[in-house]
Amino acid sequence: MVRHVVVFAETKQGSLRNVSFEVLEAAKRLNDGGLITAVLIGTQEQSQADLLAEYGAHEVVFVENKQLDTYTTDAYTQAFTSIIHEKNPDVILMPHTAMGKDFAPRAAARIGCGLITDCTNVEISDGNIVFTRPIYAGKAFQRRVVVRDQIFATIRPNNIPCSKVDHHESAKKIQKVLNLDEIRTTVREVIQKTTDGVDLSEAKIIVAGGRGVKSAEGFGPLKDLAQVIGAAVGASRGACDAEYCDYALQIGQTGKVVTPDLYIACGISGAIQHLAGMSNSKMIVAINKDPEAPIFDVADYGIVGDLFEVVPLLTEQFKQAMTD
Amino acid sequence: MNIIVCLKQTFDTEEKVIIKEGQISEDGVKFIINPYDEYALEEAICIKEKYGGVVTVISIGPTRVESALRTALAMGADKAVLVDDERLFGDESTISKVLAAVIKQQEYDLILGGYMSVDNGAAQGGARLAEELDLPHIYAALKIDVNESQVVVERDVEGDIEVLESKLPIVITAQQGLNEPRYPSLPGIMKAKRKPIQHLTVEDLSLDMKQIKAKTNIKENILPPERQAGRVLQGELNDQVVELVQLLQGEVNPNG
Repeated sequence: MVRHVVVFAETKQGSLRNVSFEVLEAAKRLNDGGLITAVLIGTQEQSQADLLAEYGAHEVVFVENKQLDTYTTDAYTQAFTSIIHEKNPDVILMPHTAMGKDFAPRAAARIGCGLITDCTNVEISDGNIVFTRPIYAGKAFQRRVVVRDQIFATIRPNNIPCSKVDHHESAKKIQKVLNLDEIRTTVREVIQKTTDGVDLSEAKIIVAGGRGVKSAEGFGPLKDLAQVIGAAVGASRGACDAEYCDYALQIGQTGKVVTPDLYIACGISGAIQHLAGMSNSKMIVAINKDPEAPIFDVADYGIVGDLFEVVPLLTEQFKQAMTD
Repeated sequence: MNIIVCLKQTFDTEEKVIIKEGQISEDGVKFIINPYDEYALEEAICIKEKYGGVVTVISIGPTRVESALRTALAMGADKAVLVDDERLFGDESTISKVLAAVIKQQEYDLILGGYMSVDNGAAQGGARLAEELDLPHIYAALKIDVNESQVVVERDVEGDIEVLESKLPIVITAQQGLNEPRYPSLPGIMKAKRKPIQHLTVEDLSLDMKQIKAKTNIKENILPPERQAGRVLQGELNDQVVELVQLLQGEVNPNG
């Protein structure tokens, strides 16, 4: 069945986020020859359209208004739903990012349709579009279908491998200048706290620390390792509760659920609530003093030892391996 | 100030998930207030303590949810409403419309809830509810300051903090880090026994049953493949580290 798919293409600091291509990949699985429209909101480089075309977009709508250059729920909901009303697509897809989590449900409610959020897979099974999403932070998964009205879903970063299309034509560019109604929240300022780090949800590699890091300074060796291998730093609830680090770093059933290619757990025992947040990582390495720690039950490779000894050695070894 | 807290009862995060005949089994499970809703509740009680007012907790769910509402009342909420009519259960769309119908019967200046629940994890409730009530919403709050009708909120945006300004009435959802929820005190527990829990059914609410029909269905619940324990490296620590780096060569790309 030919389906028209509209995707929200998200940018960060002027660049398209990788998850935008993953969302396009999901669109390609569903369109069955139908049109794929990507929507860019705010002032964006025209060249983004070419990049989106490489990943499967047939047309790109640029929705512009000065007020869209700063993200607000009201403005983005209006901008996106106005395109949806105009295009009336069969399927709507968005990234499950801070933006997607914030305004996708609002847009769905305004359009009057269902929404399946945080999908890690999408497939066509017996002619139905089936979305797979984690529940209980990944302790289980739900396979879900839309039974009435438009199909709308958000896609979790890092789960649908994206690829460029072999032959593509350049995307049709459509400019839209939009009048906006009242915006009921005002952004006073944004306090950057993550400039030096990689965002956890999109990170390919995560180095995480638990109670075993013993102090805020104890994260030092982990940060060094992370920097060498291009990883984001995360933490267990134990480390956050002990105030070794900010809650923003917490991985687990409360906190973030992550699925990187490589997860290096340092001084993390592996409580059920932490395992829920990371055990769907592709490869897990555990470093812990206690050979009985449950984290070893889910780890592909383990080193039993003091993290303050092991981690610096590991950092040095990676440095060497990379310069070789 | 009239504050509404939307609350869900969830599995304790230390619980394992077991699937029996396709359904998530609740046998022997310990239930808690969804941790994010607990932050919302704590915040509501703090605001009430500062400015006075009434905190009403609202939940949709089976009768077992009463115990979560009792805990909320023991912490300091004033009254509770439970929609325990199965005809009103459904997906995120259904729940938000039912919640909106309940809240329309109440007085409110501020509506709080967790930004997500640790079971379903859809994170749709706050935004959908706000849309149904035609209110603004702020997602994942780390700090809430209310000053008369003005609110200033710090919210979590993938680790960065956005400072937002808005006006009451508004829906705000809580992120971890907003506060440290209190434990119910003994006098609080005693008092809670006399506080009212109102039960609502479809007959009590003005709803178009067609409108609230679920728009999505769960086809099946599945468990992820169990992870096999791998290999604990052996030998001298230095050799282990060298071996590990070799094993990870494919994962760690020097070019990033």
